[in-house]
Amino acid sequence: MFSDLLGIAPQVLFGQLLLGLINGSFYAVLSLGLAVIFGLLNIVNFAHGALYMLGAFAAWLLGKYLHIDYWGALILAPLIVGFIGVLLDRFLLRRLAGVDHLYGLLLTFGLAMLIEGLFVKMFGASGQPFAAPKALNGGVNLGFMFLPYYRAWVVVASLVVCAVTWYVFERTKIGAYLRAGTENPKLLQAFGVNVPLLTTLAYGYGVALAAFAGVLAAPITQVNPLMGSNLIIVVFAVVVIGGMGSIMGAIVTGLSMGVVEGLTKVFWPEASSTIIFIVMAIVLVLRPAGLFGRTN
Amino acid sequence: MKFLKNFMVGVSALALTAGAAQAEISDGVVKIGVLTDMSGTYSDVAGPGTVTAAEMAIEDFGGTVAGAPIEVVSADHQNKADVAANKAREWGDTQQVDAFAELVTTSVAMAVFEVAKQQNKVVLVSGAASSPLTNDACIPSGLHWTYNTRALAVGTGSAIVKEGGDSWYFLTADYAFGESLQRDVTTVVEAGGGKVLGASKHPFPASDFSSFVLQAQASGAKIIGLANAGGDTINAIKAANEFGIVSAGQKIAGLLVFLSDVHALGLETAQGLLMTASFYWDLNDETRAWSQRFYERTGKMPTGVQAGVYSSVTHYLKAIEATGTDDTDTVVAKMREMPVNDFFAQNGVLRSDGRMVHDMYLAEVKSPAESTGPWDYLKIVRVIPGEEAYGPLSESTCPTK
Repeated sequence: MFSDLLGIAPQVLFGQLLLGLINGSFYAVLSLGLAVIFGLLNIVNFAHGALYMLGAFAAWLLGKYLHIDYWGALILAPLIVGFIGVLLDRFLLRRLAGVDHLYGLLLTFGLAMLIEGLFVKMFGASGQPFAAPKALNGGVNLGFMFLPYYRAWVVVASLVVCAVTWYVFERTKIGAYLRAGTENPKLLQAFGVNVPLLTTLAYGYGVALAAFAGVLAAPITQVNPLMGSNLIIVVFAVVVIGGMGSIMGAIVTGLSMGVVEGLTKVFWPEASSTIIFIVMAIVLVLRPAGLFGRTN
Repeated sequence: MKFLKNFMVGVSALALTAGAAQAEISDGVVKIGVLTDMSGTYSDVAGPGTVTAAEMAIEDFGGTVAGAPIEVVSADHQNKADVAANKAREWGDTQQVDAFAELVTTSVAMAVFEVAKQQNKVVLVSGAASSPLTNDACIPSGLHWTYNTRALAVGTGSAIVKEGGDSWYFLTADYAFGESLQRDVTTVVEAGGGKVLGASKHPFPASDFSSFVLQAQASGAKIIGLANAGGDTINAIKAANEFGIVSAGQKIAGLLVFLSDVHALGLETAQGLLMTASFYWDLNDETRAWSQRFYERTGKMPTGVQAGVYSSVTHYLKAIEATGTDDTDTVVAKMREMPVNDFFAQNGVLRSDGRMVHDMYLAEVKSPAESTGPWDYLKIVRVIPGEEAYGPLSESTCPTK
């Protein structure tokens, strides 16, 4: 077998491919949120990692103080954090509409540092334990690896969310409005559509996606104030590879970069944290608009 | 007349010595610079708690030493060697800092060693763990206080080999500390007749350990040794549990586990884990009393690194008090001469290679049923005598020992 030729046992290879898919699900949901926000608001949302962390913390706090279980938190945490996103947009980001992208980037970057710093101060850097729901404890032996049910659930939930998002944005009337809003907001407004409300809701949705990923991640990593900062740069690279603002690009690239990273962990573990950036550099040279991006 | 003459001589001699003592403290202040990870992976292990510990040491000393005020300054080195070196240089050059303290992360400690060597400052290392700090990389004024990778290897590593854990696979943080820990444990494992089947080096810090854990599983080793620390250890243990590694029969050996890690993991996940500790709050009345005061200020029980900062700063101040100077060579010589006796160490010896030799503890994490209250996490399995933990001075490869 091919894998045997390379001196790697097939079970290790398949295991890593599957794990790559699981990690790719996180990249997909997070980069999807970024793509939605960039596509509709033209904002490079550097606060995305912090909002992902807020999602996980919201779930943890809901469980600790209101005894709401994982499933409740999976619905509530994105709603709460999405609402915070709506407030951020109304009171802060809105003011930057029409100015250079750089200002949005600086504002969101500053917000991220502020939020993360605050949470480190309040909760410490080691993180809080968060148990997976009882129904998803245990796992199944696939022969080549032991697949925890929870990780399987992560892949399924992510794919469903990605598919729904894609459908809403690309195949429904609301999606058409949203896309029209980015192309020509003035014209759309002339047709009687409340464009500012639309973009605010879009930002709220992008943020809710980040929070959703945060809740999904909570039982896997610790609920940790810095969980987002480790991830955000990788997710940005994924968005750049997929093409800024491309919904399909974000989903497909997210999943495939997870797999590429998984493979790198087999053949050259030390490079696993850099491989996505190498791919990004190559893509930027060959296709500056990204794999799925359209050049204007 | 004779009496008067004698009296005058005595008075002037007194005045002279007093003046001399005053002048011996450079710039009229003893300043300690705590360089630590204030917000990253190691900020619970070390971090703001070490600044608190240094402040407590100064307060308990009365705020002055040899007639001069004591001050503490602190900065976040972000686990980056260049940031740490620049800060240390700035402190030494422009802010009259006399000693650098804490320095978690080996690369940071090594970078600050270079600066301290040029500026001839005292370095009180607590958080960094690599044994090379008092071997190949040693400097005459670099003092390694709390623990090192050799002690961890002797503690946890040999205990596990004795229990039959004779084949190992390492998950190693990909920087100097991880390598040093893996090397020291490998020596212990091989000396005990065991063998090392392989290792995966993971980026530092890493959040997802699932693939490394699976590689460790595929190796078939009985023991998966975690040559990492802090958040990395926590995530690796969680991943190992999740992927059924432990229930399938392989064992996890956390080679550097702190109380803060156990707290974060929860006893349900961490129970049964063996760890080598330099300190535990619940050892005796003295440790309990100090830890309680620490807890009141920080809301957390101290880690060994934090307690070690208190101990090293206190010993440094004692030596200044005894010699009446803050001259680096004189103070370090005095620190070596005096035994270290406080709640952290009993009859600790500061060797010429910079190693502070004191007893270590092999501990096991309690099960939730055994734990009787908050922070009641460990039971001490064995006291590891200092000499055994750190080895004899003759083994040290420090050129200036």
